[in-house]
Amino acid sequence: MSNLSLSTRMILVLTLITVLSGGILAGWDMYTKPKVAYHRLQALKAAIGHVLPDHGMYESQETETGTLYFGKTDSLAESPVGVAFMAIGSGFQGEVRIMVGLTPDLMKLTGIKVLEQIETPGLGTKIVVDPSNKQDPFWFPKQFEGIVVSPEIVVLKNAKPSANNEVQGITGATISSKAIARIINDKIKAVQKTLSSTEGRES
Amino acid sequence: MSKTVPLKTEFIKGLWKENPVIASLLGLCPTLAVTNAAMNGLAMGLATTFVLVMSSLMISALRKVIPHQVRIAGFIVIIATFVTVADRFLAAFFPEISATLGPYIPLIVVNCLILGRQEAFSSRNGIGRSLVDSFGMGLGFIFVLVALGSVREVLGSGSIFGITVMGDWFNPWMIMILPPGAFLTLGLMIALANWYNDWRATS
Repeated sequence: MSNLSLSTRMILVLTLITVLSGGILAGWDMYTKPKVAYHRLQALKAAIGHVLPDHGMYESQETETGTLYFGKTDSLAESPVGVAFMAIGSGFQGEVRIMVGLTPDLMKLTGIKVLEQIETPGLGTKIVVDPSNKQDPFWFPKQFEGIVVSPEIVVLKNAKPSANNEVQGITGATISSKAIARIINDKIKAVQKTLSSTEGRES
Repeated sequence: MSKTVPLKTEFIKGLWKENPVIASLLGLCPTLAVTNAAMNGLAMGLATTFVLVMSSLMISALRKVIPHQVRIAGFIVIIATFVTVADRFLAAFFPEISATLGPYIPLIVVNCLILGRQEAFSSRNGIGRSLVDSFGMGLGFIFVLVALGSVREVLGSGSIFGITVMGDWFNPWMIMILPPGAFLTLGLMIALANWYNDWRATS
């Protein structure tokens, strides 16, 4: 090595290091990729199971508003028990990803599950779980089960819900609470539009 | 010169006297960011130690081959390779930890603790000494992260490693799991360590 010129040595050594590094990473990626994909699928299945409690299996369908998951009791059932989809939007500090479940007529929520969020710990994170409420830590997401989505879901501040499209906001995290409703409302409108236009084409 | 230092001293120095966080204030970004729970601190510490030890081995083995002019580029490629290996490993086998630590695992690449050890030690010493040095430094890093994470988790969530240790009477100090809690706890830890060192030096 020492009888080569400096620039040749520099090029040679760096090339060798990067080629070796690329080789190691390509091999490692081949080994870990199926495992990572498996975990993603499990997480997706768990989320769909959470928002569509009555379903036994689901069929996914790609549409212009993203993937829709039609939950059915079994593979022979003709009509779905509900439709689930991801709603993504901005919360108080960053992106919030919510799995949303709707009844087949797209009029009522069957459930929601916040999968990813970076809201303020202890306040905005109550959209996922509220440890300060020992009796019912999931009181906020639970409120969405069975709620009517038209004309839209409304979050109330300092008031008890009275109509069937209202939920109670989180004290100290009004923006996070309202963001959840906004993200879900927006996505539901898009899904309703997509599904009504495809049904129109089919008939 | 360094040959006269016994291996034991090389190992012990990373734990306290030259502890990367408490004494050298290196790697503060992950130290502050991920230590809102003891488990996160441990995972971050282990991942960093893996990268540190593997990179040190590799770089001390290659120290006579890598030309001085391109050493930083070479070091970074080697470090980045091991960081990616660690990141994919967590995603494949510990998806929950991977999701919690998020971007902080890839960011180990720019942890100045790691590049600092390569520059200051591994590129000037043999494989054996580099192994001992990096392992000691890694353990010192894990020690601080777990200590910091434990204090913050006990005060901020009333638990340690996810196990509740505080009774129902305890009202969690939300600030401890928010960024200010990290600064406060780390500042007090460093003050305490300096006070102890001064006290030992005078008595």
